[in-house]
Amino acid sequence: MSREYFEQTIIRILRVVGLIFFIIIVAFPFYWMIVSSFKSLGEILLRPANLGLDIRKIDFHAYYAVLFEHGFLQYISNSVYVSILTVVLSVTLATVGGYAVTRLRFRGRKIMSYSILLIYMFPAIVLVIPLYVMFSRMGLRDSINLLILVYLAQTLPVALYMLKSYFQTLPPEMEHAGLIDGCSRLGVIWRIVIPLSAPALASVALYTFMIAWNEFLFAFMFLDTPEKFTLSRGVVQLAQSVHLSKQLVMAASVTVTIPILVLFLFFERCLVRGLTAGAMKG
Amino acid sequence: MDQEARLAFWLLFPTFIVVLVFVIFPVIWNLWLSLKPVSLGDLRGISLFKFNLTLENFRKVFGDQHLGPGLLTTLIYTIGGSALSILLGLMAALLVHGEFPGRGLLRGLFISPYIAPVVAVTFTWSFIVDPQLGVLNWLAVDKGLLAQPIPFLSQRWWDLDLLGVRVRMPLALISVILFEGWRYFPFAFLFILARLQAIPDELYQAASVDGASPFRRFYHITLPQLSTVLSTLFLFRFIWTFNKFDDIFLLSRGQAGTKVLTIKVYDYAFGEFDIGASSAVAMVLFGVLSIFLIIYFRWILKED
Repeated sequence: MSREYFEQTIIRILRVVGLIFFIIIVAFPFYWMIVSSFKSLGEILLRPANLGLDIRKIDFHAYYAVLFEHGFLQYISNSVYVSILTVVLSVTLATVGGYAVTRLRFRGRKIMSYSILLIYMFPAIVLVIPLYVMFSRMGLRDSINLLILVYLAQTLPVALYMLKSYFQTLPPEMEHAGLIDGCSRLGVIWRIVIPLSAPALASVALYTFMIAWNEFLFAFMFLDTPEKFTLSRGVVQLAQSVHLSKQLVMAASVTVTIPILVLFLFFERCLVRGLTAGAMKG
Repeated sequence: MDQEARLAFWLLFPTFIVVLVFVIFPVIWNLWLSLKPVSLGDLRGISLFKFNLTLENFRKVFGDQHLGPGLLTTLIYTIGGSALSILLGLMAALLVHGEFPGRGLLRGLFISPYIAPVVAVTFTWSFIVDPQLGVLNWLAVDKGLLAQPIPFLSQRWWDLDLLGVRVRMPLALISVILFEGWRYFPFAFLFILARLQAIPDELYQAASVDGASPFRRFYHITLPQLSTVLSTLFLFRFIWTFNKFDDIFLLSRGQAGTKVLTIKVYDYAFGEFDIGASSAVAMVLFGVLSIFLIIYFRWILKED
């Protein structure tokens, strides 16, 4: 048996073992989250080692309780509102800002590009206490709109940097033609740059949506009133108030996870490009 | 100021304001708070703006006997979590590299730990490893692998008997590091996979012709080609893990030997109601981070 053949065989075995290992460790938590959310409290307490789900015993009660008794309908609508507004604001400002940094000549342009990157590295934990103090004092802290502005600050630098990188790859000739034909700069952005950048804009929008949808720390620190909770904040609240009823926490977790995973699987290619282009924070 | 510069100013102005109010100002404000005696109860009073500056907060923080262990915990967590996530990412990338049916699906699956909301995955893992209701512990006990359930996230030490040698393992810390590896390997996976696909086939063909076996090809071609991306990834992950708060807070609340510095920031502010000391710890974190940022920017400038 040649060395080449021997090693190829080992590699083939390792590959199968490795794939099985990865599929289990990645998929199992999601499987368990979903399966547990359809169990009853009795089932969770009496048979904690039961890996399967008895089709005849599927129990939707956890979802009913979470949505209608624990306020998750409201949290879903809050999360949708926060995420969509963050996306719209962030993509708009990043588009015009990214265009300015790429195409317009002004003093400090180079510094600007680097400081965008620097700001993007600032950790949330250093910002959260001073912001907490500042907005508590002003009496504005417990506000969902303030949260949107915080998320905007968290996503804008990366979004701007990603779009800047993309705009640099566009040929400037079309824009020159547009300007000569009497388009204003904003007209050029609207009619030429945006249509050409649709894939990049989609990546940035998805990335921003994901950050806003998943964010925990600021929502946890800023929001006090349950009517204003985002989904992540609501899940933590629920987990603190029920101890044994894990099926409720799992149903809540499924509720917050499914939309973002479905969205992501739908636009997988966009997002993968967004993730690698922006070297995402997290 | 010419017209182009004026337009650039207005296009960047909203971004500038948002960053100023929500990033720059808080950092300066944090420095100010760290130099003052401020408690959580003082937030509405006038004392917030008084010039009663002191180094008392830093004295308290550096005098705290938990600071040293906290820093050590942070470093172990950061290095362990970064290294594990990159190692897993490398393994996953090597597995998925190449053409085979279902590859796209696998790639999507492998990225999901990173896409899913942190609250959902931390609560799910806490539930899986729970000593009372967790499936992992119950299965292990049922099958006779364990004599009794292990409280993975709430026990500081775990004595392991290795061939007669007793080893004390920091159990909860290892658990949060394992979680860190699980949640962030997709990040490394994506970058390494992209780099793997960019390695020219000719290199491998030439090596095959020269009679290099698969393992030697991996060692002499693949690894050197990946060295830049691996070290960049380590720097990135190090910086972000060093500042990570959510994961440990949600998994163990910093109990049982997992009290990293970011948890100290929270504990001072909302456990002891001492905003000043909390800001001082945040300044220490920020100082250490700055060192890494300088390394990072030197790197970027060199690459340019």
